[in-house]
Amino acid sequence: MAVWRFWITHRSELGLLIEQHVLLVFVSTLAAMAVGVPAGVAAARRPRAGRAILSIASAAQTVPSLALLGFLLPLPFIGGIGPRTALVALAIYALLPIVRNTVTGISTVDPAVVEAGVAMGMTDRQLLWLVQFPLALPSIVAGIRVATVIGVGTATIAAAIGAGGLGEYIFRGLAMVDTTTILAGAIPAAALALAADGSLAWLQQRMTSGRTTPATAARAVAATLVVLAVGAAIVYAAPRRETIVIGSKNFTEQVILGELLAQAIEAEGGSVTRKLNLGGTFVCDRGVRAGELDAYVEYTGTAVSAVFHETVPRDSQRAFERARALYASAGVTALDPLGFNNTFAVLVRASDAGARGLRTIEDLRPVAAQWTPGFGHEFLQRDDGYPGLVRTYGLRFASQPRAMELSLIYRALADGQVDVIAGDATSAMIDALHLTPLADNLHYFPPYDAFPVVRTASLLRHPEIGRALKRLAGRLSDADMRAMNAAVDVQHRDVNVVVREFLARVSAAPPL
Amino acid sequence: MIVRFDNVGYQYPGRAPALVRVSLAVEPGEIVALVGRSGAGKSTLLKLVNRLLLPTSGSVAVEGRDTREWNAIALRRRIGYVFQEVGLFPHMTIEENVSIVPRLERWPPERARARAHELLTLVGLDPAGFASRRPRELSGGQRQRVGVARALAIDPPILLMDEPFGALDPVTRAEVRHELAAVQKRLHTTIIVVTHDIAEAFALGNRVGVIDGGELLALGTPVGVAQSSDPRIRAFVAAQPPPPPD
Repeated sequence: MAVWRFWITHRSELGLLIEQHVLLVFVSTLAAMAVGVPAGVAAARRPRAGRAILSIASAAQTVPSLALLGFLLPLPFIGGIGPRTALVALAIYALLPIVRNTVTGISTVDPAVVEAGVAMGMTDRQLLWLVQFPLALPSIVAGIRVATVIGVGTATIAAAIGAGGLGEYIFRGLAMVDTTTILAGAIPAAALALAADGSLAWLQQRMTSGRTTPATAARAVAATLVVLAVGAAIVYAAPRRETIVIGSKNFTEQVILGELLAQAIEAEGGSVTRKLNLGGTFVCDRGVRAGELDAYVEYTGTAVSAVFHETVPRDSQRAFERARALYASAGVTALDPLGFNNTFAVLVRASDAGARGLRTIEDLRPVAAQWTPGFGHEFLQRDDGYPGLVRTYGLRFASQPRAMELSLIYRALADGQVDVIAGDATSAMIDALHLTPLADNLHYFPPYDAFPVVRTASLLRHPEIGRALKRLAGRLSDADMRAMNAAVDVQHRDVNVVVREFLARVSAAPPL
Repeated sequence: MIVRFDNVGYQYPGRAPALVRVSLAVEPGEIVALVGRSGAGKSTLLKLVNRLLLPTSGSVAVEGRDTREWNAIALRRRIGYVFQEVGLFPHMTIEENVSIVPRLERWPPERARARAHELLTLVGLDPAGFASRRPRELSGGQRQRVGVARALAIDPPILLMDEPFGALDPVTRAEVRHELAAVQKRLHTTIIVVTHDIAEAFALGNRVGVIDGGELLALGTPVGVAQSSDPRIRAFVAAQPPPPPD
């Protein structure tokens, strides 16, 4: 079985990810208990404050997990890439079930029993500790159980911000559309959830029947804590060399590029920590500016428009110069572009291109009258999409363009349902389906040239970064990138190997 | 005078008065049984004694001191309370339940334990068989006895009992009542007991009072009350067999 083989070959990494996952859930749940149980007790004893506390906890619960991570990332002290932000987010999620069950547990203690306590002269505090709290414990443990199970699930998201855990495999698998990798993370995560649920259900049952006292339970928790703390010390505080942290966004091409930077730097003697598959442009940009990432690969169009909110110059060189200047003022250095441009590409079937001698978008003009185009929904709507394209190139197609899903559009062209599409210039599908990109000779599409962004401080401290990345400049053509994307996405080859083969070719080639 | 009600009125916020001008004086060592329909104000009267409630008019004095001046905790530690619902702590063993007040009073554990065993024996429950069991493993009658034992744990001078035997079958009720009488005789505890059952009131009380609509209609010996000519009291007595000759 493929998943089994994956686990065997990745067993040391798997162990580390499981440990990270358990730690994330355990520490965050413990923190939520430390806050949530006292808050729940206070809420149960003061109904007005209680309603406020419960609504805050409920509101926190409704924030989607990725959005919550997004909010937390830029905050000082708790934000940033890594486990800290994830722990805070997970603790916030764990809060509601714990608070709610504490309130329920305490307010549903039999009033006759409470009255008995008051009537025999218990102080408020004695009533709480001797009567209400012990009787509420099964309900509180039930809340902790719910919180833990939710936590095991939510912790998979933590990988998006580089906090590790089994989500690493899930995100990696999603990016590569590889079910085996997804399952390699999802199965142990589900097993962890079941194990946590089972053991806490057992504890809850024993407490309800009175066989386990709170003191015993506290000792069990303390013992588990010690074991995990030792594990944490091993995982997080292991002898740490001064490493260079390389990030990437969460799609195949980015993972390949992250691995490419990493291997190139390693070849120059640098020690690299990979934080690939991070949530997206925002997360990577945050990371590199806050010093949690040393480098990742960005695209000129994305940098100028999405990161710095400016209009992108149509000329590749000017766009890059603008990006470099903007980054420089943020303490980040833009190194020379790698060579390929991941922009929109107007694609036709290779057979048509050959038969009719099509090389540029302009060449479409004579044939457009007989052809049906197909575009993504967004491309059709945006003024800098389809309307501008036909205006700029003076195209008149036979029929209205068909609107279709981006993921289906390449297949639709190959199957002859449409005759011309706009796709991704480096898509693996271009070669796999024998498509031909037409040159954008009028520079209608903004350039998306890929280039490494590096923290200027890191560049000075680790000269090997500069040496390594200089060797990559201009070495990676559109065709190279398409081939590597195809190797990973279509042929399901290991990213490591694909990158290593490419670097071997680069070093064998004569210097530029 | 160990407990004294002086023109006491009590009204729950937004409701009709629960007690109206109740005056009552209880001698040490006496058993006063108050009888009335449910809702007549009996439980309210008991709660005024141990300061679970404070009177809205008039005053309640315990051991000569107004309950307003008592520290609530100190007052309650001097008063045992047995409820209809018993209110045993379900998470504690029988021994822990009975020894809770001694433990609150910081008795040494050994002494608290010995006291619990002594009391269990007193109410007819063998400590060897019952001490480590939990309330839910006991029958209703056994729980009621534990409730009595718990209320007596630190020899409180005053014992309040609210429908204490309501849940018991007649045979068990007679048994528990008999044991209570024996305990009272030995410890000379002052007892105020409220019930809706006039036969029970006649059987328990040195004096019997009748409460209706928040008013104390009569207070006297069982025979005196039984022979009252007040029609409202006759309505109670007529429904019941006459008190046993004492």
